[in-house]
Amino acid sequence: MNFTAVASIYRFEMARFFRTVTQSIVSPVLSTSLYFVVFGTAIGSRIQEVEGVSYGAFIVPGLIMLSVMTQATSNASFGIYFPKFIGTIYELLSAPVNFLEITLGYVGAAATKALFIGVIILLTSFFFVDISIAHPFWMMGFLVLTCVSFALLGFIIGIWAGNFEQLQLIPLLIITPLVFLGGSFYSVTMLPPVWQTITMFNPVVYLISGFRWAFLDTADVPVGLSLLAIALFTGACVAAIWWIFRTGWRIRE
Amino acid sequence: MTSIVSVRDLRKAYSSGFEALKGVNLEIEEGEILALLGPNGAGKTTLISTICGITLPTSGTVAVGGHDTQSGYRGARDLIGLVPQEINLEPFETVMNSVRFSRGLFGKPRNDAYIEKILKQLSLFDKKDSKIMALSGGMKRRVLIAKALSHEPRVLFLDEPTAGVDVELRKDMWDVVADLKASGVTIILTTHYIEEAEAIADRVGVISKGEILLIQDKAELMSQMGKKQLVVDLQDVITDVPAKLKSYDLEVGENGMSLIYTYDTKGERTGITTLLNDLQKAGLQMTDMKTQQSSLEDIFVGLVKETA
Repeated sequence: MNFTAVASIYRFEMARFFRTVTQSIVSPVLSTSLYFVVFGTAIGSRIQEVEGVSYGAFIVPGLIMLSVMTQATSNASFGIYFPKFIGTIYELLSAPVNFLEITLGYVGAAATKALFIGVIILLTSFFFVDISIAHPFWMMGFLVLTCVSFALLGFIIGIWAGNFEQLQLIPLLIITPLVFLGGSFYSVTMLPPVWQTITMFNPVVYLISGFRWAFLDTADVPVGLSLLAIALFTGACVAAIWWIFRTGWRIRE
Repeated sequence: MTSIVSVRDLRKAYSSGFEALKGVNLEIEEGEILALLGPNGAGKTTLISTICGITLPTSGTVAVGGHDTQSGYRGARDLIGLVPQEINLEPFETVMNSVRFSRGLFGKPRNDAYIEKILKQLSLFDKKDSKIMALSGGMKRRVLIAKALSHEPRVLFLDEPTAGVDVELRKDMWDVVADLKASGVTIILTTHYIEEAEAIADRVGVISKGEILLIQDKAELMSQMGKKQLVVDLQDVITDVPAKLKSYDLEVGENGMSLIYTYDTKGERTGITTLLNDLQKAGLQMTDMKTQQSSLEDIFVGLVKETA
């Protein structure tokens, strides 16, 4: 393992993040605050408790997940797409590094950024609602796993994308709907039975449910199933990236 | 001399069906400067990209320092530094960080003293904390070279290093190349400036349409293929080569005021002495004479035309 290379990629990517740290932090904090004002305070005050907690507290895990998933995906996809776009990818391809090292560097950095933003949103939410975290260790575990798995997905999107439109396409058309329909703002049990069944095919449901369990100790699906889903998703992404580097698809053609 | 880069029957066909390399064989000796000459689209960049691992070959093998570039890619790539043709740099990063990143990528421990030495050598030291986007085109090209040298490579590939570069910088680059050669680095450069190959290379390879047409010692190539011409200026106008001189390869020059004699520099006798005697016997008055030798450019154009 060329750990020096992994650390170099990681540092280089994090430097990009810290160059624009203000906008990296301000925008998620602002959008989260807006969600709390609109959903938590304005609408939430007219909603009775959901699963034993106030609506404001109920949406905290979903809100964090929403931001973390989109941030991990967009950071990772941009991180690898940008070198492709400006041509600096030649350096990665001609360096003595393998796919695992490149992936660790880029995905690690993207996941760190997403985690950073997730924690900031969590801290922001303390200003708006009373929340208690039932299983802090598992909460961090789910958060980290989500950051990593969606950064892996973003990495694949970044390699696949041939232009900036395509880079935005998947997050916009697939990830955002899946996250919104994944129980960020409601409990799956609130849906009609048919939609409850359909929802079970949405992988994001398992992630949000597991994360919410770590906060509230109640879940839509068993926690074990949530962990299995996230493990499968991560495994599928790693396999796809391994295949991409083995065949040179979209990179070494 | 042992070869440090060994290319065997290398083929590359792109998915569009275009065959960029059609069975290239190439041995590059340690410590030499090899110039690859060829017109645009000849396959120069594809050859370099395949050796460096940026493109996967369709068939054939490449070994660098005895390491196969696919099965032993780490060993092979450790030895290689690459300066790409395009100016590909992260615009928002500083020169120092960018070069540091390159060194790290090759698994070398951080060594700022070494990087500063390279930056000084390339006259980049006072720009080390500037963002790359603030640099001029020539400076950016120097950054690319600094990045390629950051991990102390044994083999350096320069893909058209002086394309679009002003005369002064070009001379600077030639100096850098000479210094590197002195330190034992093997250098492969592609160019379509023949004067560049003529100025710095030890050996010259000519590549066209995915094939290496010829690869030879530069001096040997020029003497072997180089024709020399003797131009004799005359006092009086002539319309045709005098009958007595028909046995020589002579042409009447412009205005009929000169005779041009073409001879082979490699031939045992150039025939100059007898020609001059015969000119006198033919009653021609000479006012001046000069010789001219064909440049690498003439050779190159001749070769590429022949195969076209």
